[in-house]
Amino acid sequence: MSIGPNTLALLGKELQTEFRSRELLTTTGVFILMVLVLFSFTFDPTSSESRRFGPGLLWLAFLFASSLMLQPCFLREQTNDTLSSLRLAVSDPFSIFLAKLGANTLFLLFTELVMLPIFSVLYSVHVLPQIHYLLLVLFLGSLGISITGTALSAISAQARMRELLLPVLLLPLLTPILVASTEVTVGLLAPEPFMEWKGIGVLAIFDLVFLTAVWLFGEYLLEE
Amino acid sequence: MTSPEFSPTGISFEKIDKRFGGLFALRRVSLAIQPGQCVALAGRNGSGKTTLLRIAARLVRPSAGQVSFLDKSGSESQARPVVGYVAHATMVYDELTAEENLVLFGKLEGLKDPRARASVLLEEVGLGDRRTSLVRTFSRGMRQRMAIARALLNEPSVLFFDEPATGLDPQGVNWFADRLRHLRDTGRTILMSLHGESEISALATRAIRLDAGSVIADTSAGATLRSILTFGEAR
Repeated sequence: MSIGPNTLALLGKELQTEFRSRELLTTTGVFILMVLVLFSFTFDPTSSESRRFGPGLLWLAFLFASSLMLQPCFLREQTNDTLSSLRLAVSDPFSIFLAKLGANTLFLLFTELVMLPIFSVLYSVHVLPQIHYLLLVLFLGSLGISITGTALSAISAQARMRELLLPVLLLPLLTPILVASTEVTVGLLAPEPFMEWKGIGVLAIFDLVFLTAVWLFGEYLLEE
Repeated sequence: MTSPEFSPTGISFEKIDKRFGGLFALRRVSLAIQPGQCVALAGRNGSGKTTLLRIAARLVRPSAGQVSFLDKSGSESQARPVVGYVAHATMVYDELTAEENLVLFGKLEGLKDPRARASVLLEEVGLGDRRTSLVRTFSRGMRQRMAIARALLNEPSVLFFDEPATGLDPQGVNWFADRLRHLRDTGRTILMSLHGESEISALATRAIRLDAGSVIADTSAGATLRSILTFGEAR
């Protein structure tokens, strides 16, 4: 069976198990909501302050929440050693990674889209006029977070101190994503919105480079 | 239920070492298992049986040495053989139903009709009436039956069983022994780790004993085979 159908079958399994348990979506959603609400209390944001600080805060919340979401990604496969049965069943182990990556990106995007209107209300910024560009930056940012996070989740799942290892490795690596996504979002939420294409370029290149690296070395990530 | 269409496959282990840090789990293990042999691996806990099985299934890379699959003529097989593996863990998803698990793995293994195959296997392992139950609601024995069903999904030519009778009740052991006999008699190559003598070990045509990661005995002769399987078990 080729990589495409294998990836789709595994992606279906990931979605099915998550929508049955709703563990990751609930945890991540509640975490982002708490960060947004707490920060909206700590400083009473005016519209101009929100435009300056809001995007950075939003992406920081997404970043920290993603480390929560990505942690169990491969840990779940260790409970019954299901990673071994997947490795025996698929012809290309990259399909296991692709399915996890697809699922993580979808979960993250879904949570971000639910949180965006709440952010808009709490911080008095209008997101609707630039929603098409916002969706682009959310997609590229989430993809980058998921590629790096899924790979590191595979590595950290087999290590000691695994709960600490993922955020420690993940957050520094995601600095370019945080900076580029924040810059693009600041531009989009400005009084006279503009698109920071350079930031989009950085995000696209980051995603491409990391995806290629994982494609080349992904087999070793899944080995014991 | 087993289709006769498979390629008889042997396994060759050449000077296999496996180290975990400074500890040797396997040390210079060289074995040749002929296509169709049913081999029992014996040894105390920590002797290296599970590590050898995982290396054979290509789930673990050896620190040194080489494992290769052999075709009927004894030369290295170019095609990847279909492997079935039953480990200590059940290797199925607790949050999926019995049927969903088998259909998923059937799809991944490229079965033409995974649902039909899953249905046949679930009936055979005695879980037909629990096909829509989540695996997390199963007892240890039922999970082991699921693990065996998953390993048999794709008509494997090589089977690795790591203490396959774990958790099975006496009827389950009888059923598994019948199934194993059928697999052996239809020419499958079987490598299984066992403790002591049982209905299952009686089906072995060869026994290998490991101690501290090295092969200390290897025989196909009946009386010696039994003594290898039971050696040191009372201690």
